[in-house]
Amino acid sequence: MEVATAAAPPLAVRRERPSIWTQAPELARRSIMRTLRQPAAVIPATTFPLMLLAINSVGLKSATSLPGFPTNSYVTFALAFAFIQAGVFAVIGTGQNLAEDNQGGFFNRLQLTPINPAALVAGQLAGTLVLGLFQAATYISVGLIAGAHIEAGFGGALVMVVLSIVICLAFGSIGLAIGMRVDAPEKVQSVFPLLFVFLFLSSMSLPRNLIQTDWFREIATYNPVSYMVEGLRSLLIAGWDGEALALGFGCALGILALGLTVASLGLKERMVRT
Amino acid sequence: MPSSNGVPTEANGIEVSGLVREFKGGVRAVDEIDLQVRPGEIYGFLGPNGAGKSTTVHMLTTLLPPTAGSARVAGHDVVEDGAAVRDAIGAALQEAALDPNLTARDHMRLQGALHGMSKADRTRRGDELIERVGLSDAADRRVGGYSGGMKRRLDLALALLHGPRVLFLDEPTTGLDIQSRTALWDEVAHLSRDEGMTVFLTTQYLEEADQLADHLGIIDHGRIVAEGTPDALKAEVGRPTVEVVPADHAERDRAADLLRPFGELVPGTPQGAAVRLDHDGGERLADIIRTFDQADVKVANLELHEASLNDVFLTKTGRSLEGAQREAAEEGDTGEQPALEGAPA
Repeated sequence: MEVATAAAPPLAVRRERPSIWTQAPELARRSIMRTLRQPAAVIPATTFPLMLLAINSVGLKSATSLPGFPTNSYVTFALAFAFIQAGVFAVIGTGQNLAEDNQGGFFNRLQLTPINPAALVAGQLAGTLVLGLFQAATYISVGLIAGAHIEAGFGGALVMVVLSIVICLAFGSIGLAIGMRVDAPEKVQSVFPLLFVFLFLSSMSLPRNLIQTDWFREIATYNPVSYMVEGLRSLLIAGWDGEALALGFGCALGILALGLTVASLGLKERMVRT
Repeated sequence: MPSSNGVPTEANGIEVSGLVREFKGGVRAVDEIDLQVRPGEIYGFLGPNGAGKSTTVHMLTTLLPPTAGSARVAGHDVVEDGAAVRDAIGAALQEAALDPNLTARDHMRLQGALHGMSKADRTRRGDELIERVGLSDAADRRVGGYSGGMKRRLDLALALLHGPRVLFLDEPTTGLDIQSRTALWDEVAHLSRDEGMTVFLTTQYLEEADQLADHLGIIDHGRIVAEGTPDALKAEVGRPTVEVVPADHAERDRAADLLRPFGELVPGTPQGAAVRLDHDGGERLADIIRTFDQADVKVANLELHEASLNDVFLTKTGRSLEGAQREAAEEGDTGEQPALEGAPA
C-alpha cells in the first residue's frame, strides 16, 4: 500500500449551513442505490407475491362461483393483494437497512454530521419508494399478461401505482419505526410472521360480505389492510369507486403518519448526541 | 480561552475533567478521568479491550452524553455545544462504518453533502483525499469488496473531508496487516506534524502508542493509571536491561559477576546473564564493554533492552497488557458501551 503524504490538501474547507434540500436528495440517492445494488433483497420482494398470486389464482379459482363474488376472474380479484404483500417486504427491507446502519456504526457516522433528522427519515424511505414503483409496474404487467382486467382503464392503473407506492411508504415507515429501535437486522425479520398473520386476517382472499366466520369477518372489518386491498381492487373490478379509494388512501396515509411519528420519536431517542 | 492549567484548548486542544460514564446496572465504563491534549499533538490512549477507550471517544465526539464531569474539545463544551464540537472534529470510529453497497466516491459525495459542502467542493476535495489515501484505482468500486486496510483508509479520508481541526481515531489499525498499519501511522504522523492537526488515538498496540504518540494516557478499568510522554513513562517505571551472552557458555557465571556492579541481576536467556542498570543505559554500556574487555571475556552477543510500555502497564496495573487482553476476553467483559447506547444509567 502506498500513501502519498506530500500533497496535503488545505485544511480550510468552505462549507455552508446544510439544508434538508441538499441532505435529503443525497440520502435518498444512497437509499435507492443501496436498494438497487442488492438484488437478493429486490428479487424475493418482487417475486414472492407473484408466486402467491399464481398459487391462489389456481387453487382458489372456484371461489368465483360463489354467489355474490364480484368477478369471474380470480386473478383480477387476487392481484390487489400482491401490492399489499410488497408492503410487508417494505417493512422488512426498510427496517433491516436501518438496523444494519445501527449495527455497523453507519448511523454514528451520520450523527457526527449536521444531519437533519427529517432528511434522514425521508432519505431512508426513498429506496422503498423506488422499489414500490418497480413492484407496482411488475404486478400490473404480469397481472395483465395473466388475464387480469383493470376496469378503471389506464388512468386506473396509474392510480393503482400511486396507491401502491403510498402503501409501500406506509409499511416502510413501520419498518423505520422498528429499525430505529433495534440493533440487528434479524430482530426486524422476526416481525415477518406477525405481519403475515395481520395481512391474512383481512379481505385478501374473499370479499368481506362473503366471509362466513363471524370473528374473522369482524377482524377483517377493523383491519386497515382490508381497505387498502379493497381500494386497489375497486379499480380492478368496479371501476372508479370514490369511497373505496378514499378509504384505501386514507388508511395508507394514516399508517404512514403513525409510522413516521413513531419513527421520529425513535430517532429522537436514538440520536443521543449532545 | 486558556484552560485552568494553561493548556490552550480554544484552537484545537482537548481538556477533560472528572469525566464519568455509567451504563445500566451501574457499570462505570469511564471513571473520573482527567486529561489534556495540546493543540497539534498526537495523544495516544492505550488500554486493553474494555478499558473504556471507545466510551471516552464517544463522549468526546458527542455521541454519548457523560454521566458526570466535563470535556471541552476545540474550545467547545461537549454537552453544551455539541454541534460546534462536531463541526470541529473528524472521527474514524472503531468500526470502519461504511456502506458496502456504495463506492468510495459515493461515500465522499454523501458525507460532503451532509456537511454542507458544495457539489464542486466535495467532488474536488473527495478526489484529493481518495488520491491521498491511495484509493484512486478503487474509487468507483463498491466498498464491500475492499480489504480491511482500504476500508480504514477510506474511513480516515472521510473523517478529513470537511477539514476538521481535531481528529479522533478509535483503534484505527486493529486487524490490519503490518504494511497497512505502517502506512496509516505515516499518514497520522503527517497530519499532526505537517498540518498541525490534533489527533486523539486509541489503541491496544504498545508499538503503535510508542511510535505515534507525543503524549500517552494509559487506561485500565475506566481509570487513567499513567500519563506522560512515552519516554517519560518508561523512564519512570523501568531502567534498561543489558544482557550479555559470552562466547564460551561456561563463562556465564563469570559474566554475571562482571555485570553485578552495574545494577540488579535479572533472569536472562539460558546462555547469558542480564542486569537491570541502575543508571542511564547509554553511559553504562561503554563501561560494561570495557569491563568485559579488561576481564578478557569474549562476548558473543550484547543487547540493551529499553523499558517498554508494557513494563509501564505492568507496573501500574499489576498485569501485562497482553494478560489484561486475555482477561477481558475470558470475562467477556467489554466495559464499552453497547451498540445502542441511548439509555443513560
